[in-house]
Amino acid sequence: MSVLTPTQPNQGLDGPPRPTARRVGFSQRLGRWDVKLSPYLYISPFFILFAVTGLFPLAYTAFVSVHEWNLLGGQGEFVGFQNFVDVLAQPTFWKSLRNTFSIFVLSSVPQVICAIIIAALLDQNLRAATFWRMGVLLPYVVAPIAVSLIFGRLFADQYGLINGLLGVIGVDPIRWHADAFASHVAIASMVNFRWTGYNALIFLAAMQAVPRELYEAAIIDGAGRFRQFFSVTVPQIRATIIFVIITSTIGGLQIFDEVRAFDAQGLGGADRQWMTTVLYLYDVAWGNQKNFGRAAAIAWILFIVILLIGLVNFAITRSISTSGPSKKAPRAVQRARRKAAAAAVRAQNASRQRTGTPPRRPSAPTGAPNERKKR
Amino acid sequence: MLSSTRSTRSRTTVAVAGLATLALTLTACSSGSGGSDDDTAAGGKITLTVATFNDFGYTQELLDAYTAEHPDVEVKQTKAAKAEDARTNMTTKLAAGGEGLADIEAIEVDWLPELMEYPDLFTDLADPALDGRWVDWKVQQATTTDGKVIGYGTDIGPSAICYRGDLFEAAGLPSDPAAVAELLGGADATWDDYFAAGTAFKAAGGGAWYDSAMSIYQGMVNQIDNAYEESDGTPKDLSTNTEIQDIYTTVVEQSTTNGLSAGLEQWSPDWDAAFQNNGFATMICPAWMTGPVEERSGGVTGWNVADVFPGGGLNWGGSFLTVPASGKNAEAAKELAAWLTDPAQQTTAFENAGTFPSQIEAQESEAVQTFTNDFFNAAPVGSIFVNRALAIDGAPFKGANYFSIHQTVQDAIKRVDVEKTDEAKASWDKAVQAFKDLGLS
Repeated sequence: MSVLTPTQPNQGLDGPPRPTARRVGFSQRLGRWDVKLSPYLYISPFFILFAVTGLFPLAYTAFVSVHEWNLLGGQGEFVGFQNFVDVLAQPTFWKSLRNTFSIFVLSSVPQVICAIIIAALLDQNLRAATFWRMGVLLPYVVAPIAVSLIFGRLFADQYGLINGLLGVIGVDPIRWHADAFASHVAIASMVNFRWTGYNALIFLAAMQAVPRELYEAAIIDGAGRFRQFFSVTVPQIRATIIFVIITSTIGGLQIFDEVRAFDAQGLGGADRQWMTTVLYLYDVAWGNQKNFGRAAAIAWILFIVILLIGLVNFAITRSISTSGPSKKAPRAVQRARRKAAAAAVRAQNASRQRTGTPPRRPSAPTGAPNERKKR
Repeated sequence: MLSSTRSTRSRTTVAVAGLATLALTLTACSSGSGGSDDDTAAGGKITLTVATFNDFGYTQELLDAYTAEHPDVEVKQTKAAKAEDARTNMTTKLAAGGEGLADIEAIEVDWLPELMEYPDLFTDLADPALDGRWVDWKVQQATTTDGKVIGYGTDIGPSAICYRGDLFEAAGLPSDPAAVAELLGGADATWDDYFAAGTAFKAAGGGAWYDSAMSIYQGMVNQIDNAYEESDGTPKDLSTNTEIQDIYTTVVEQSTTNGLSAGLEQWSPDWDAAFQNNGFATMICPAWMTGPVEERSGGVTGWNVADVFPGGGLNWGGSFLTVPASGKNAEAAKELAAWLTDPAQQTTAFENAGTFPSQIEAQESEAVQTFTNDFFNAAPVGSIFVNRALAIDGAPFKGANYFSIHQTVQDAIKRVDVEKTDEAKASWDKAVQAFKDLGLS
């Protein structure tokens, strides 16, 4: 591209003979198309794929959601927003929404916090760093269904390992499948088991990209480990935090495998006390009802909910990480310190000018970090 | 001039490359669905696919035998690990117009009601030449009201009672199969007999009598001809369905108040573990259940099978072979399905995988009649289950809404027996509410 474009003006200047004029005109036009069109062509595969696998299903789901639609029977009558009204009138839907949020909060929040802490630990100078990093990722390799099977045995009500251990220390067995909150904790722990390490590695990658001078500067400024973490690491990996929070929000609102395999029936308990919205969707579409119209309506409602939560999330994380955990008071102190340092440098320069000493003194260590911190 | 053509050429190359990328991504997307086009091989030879799940006992050897008889037909089998996977796969593809379905799709009896709603999706397999091959009620299950047959029966699930002889002995009860059958009521056993024996077992210091209230309910409700719906498919109002409410009350009372149930849900990890912990002494045992019991009972030696079943016979489960109407070789597939469900082949399948045949002739065969199961203390399970199959006098009506309504009652029992979150009455009220939410009446 960049090689081809400069040749265009030359062609115009050549003053070509008549028969070839049209050719050149065409090639010129081609060139213009090239410049204007090619970039879009190059990025088009993604967007075409997205249109086929993302946008089209989305639109088609909307189409299905305003019709009566049986899984086997296919398209029925147009019913407008009746499916949406029906879904919103179902107590099970609201229960599933409650469960989804409960499980989402119980999983995403500890997950992100643990992941950052683990990443911060892995970011230290560890022996056999690769070993530890791989170890953290190991749970992610395990298929979700396998995780559910293993945790199903841990969290079994009567003969489960965890209740067995609780019995040893004299705690009454927890009814992991009967009690709504206990079941949410159990499911959230499966999700956390799988995703914490993965998120930790993403955080770790971001942390390793933080310029080391910042830490040196912070150390010289007398910042301890915690202060470094909150004032340097967290603000520096802000973009990554936003990314992880948004992806785990999307994932957290779509939890399915773990709940589906949490008991034998896979319908979220007799009272639907841990049925998530996606599981509800699955049950409506592929369960006994085979009602695709309603399932499509649930899918769209869920889509809108995720969109809203994503936006709220984005706003919150942005405001948190722009203000940064280093709050107002320390900032004032910093500013004062910076002013003082600048004054010192000015004074130095002034004296240097007066005495004529070349500026080759090691004033950089104190000057440079302050310079950077201003950003 | 020269330079201009070159740049035109390279520009064209770029454009072509861009378009090719486009075309590639597009074709890459579309080629995914063309997978089933290799059905017809060259030279008039056809390949038929058979989709099954779990283990139907159709070995490659058995399928090759068909090719030996029909040299221009090759048979390929695809197996899903679980029935549920096969079901999702099949319904999704049926919904997509039949693209990608196998020539023969195996189905479980529980999927029949929903598929019978759309008989046009399947080839009519009715064939007078095959009259009398199966037990009557098996054919009846897959026959629509206007006489269309959508599936050929493979196996069935005649049920007996499996019991732990060692636990019976410890409680001072007889442990010999014949004596146990007599204890449970003999030829005209009733559920009351069964519960009474359980009460005696408990009184003698035994543990839980059966594994799950839900499975007992399943057994009892399957003996009712019109449990949740009239024969024309109209759903009965659950709040006034006293027959079901009575069964519910009996099961729940015996299970919790009387303490006969171990409070487990079948196929849950707790249920698995209970086999190792002497969790219960008896259970409803369809022919296919002997495998799962053995799998979970490593090291346990007391299991046996009594040739008895309370309240008459019970069929639990069983499968069919269907021929989707969208298949290109429906006629050839029908022929193959008929061959596979022939008593001879089904007897072989029984020997291979223990799937109990639904064909009368196969049940009478030497191989089935003399079959014993070493794990169950050499119980003559072949002849026991043939007897149990004879005790079944019909198939209960299961319409389109059967399983939706059934689920509401099963949930109610689960709340009381397994999760212990509700009292019997409160849980029943919830079931009635859930029935209303279905919006059927």
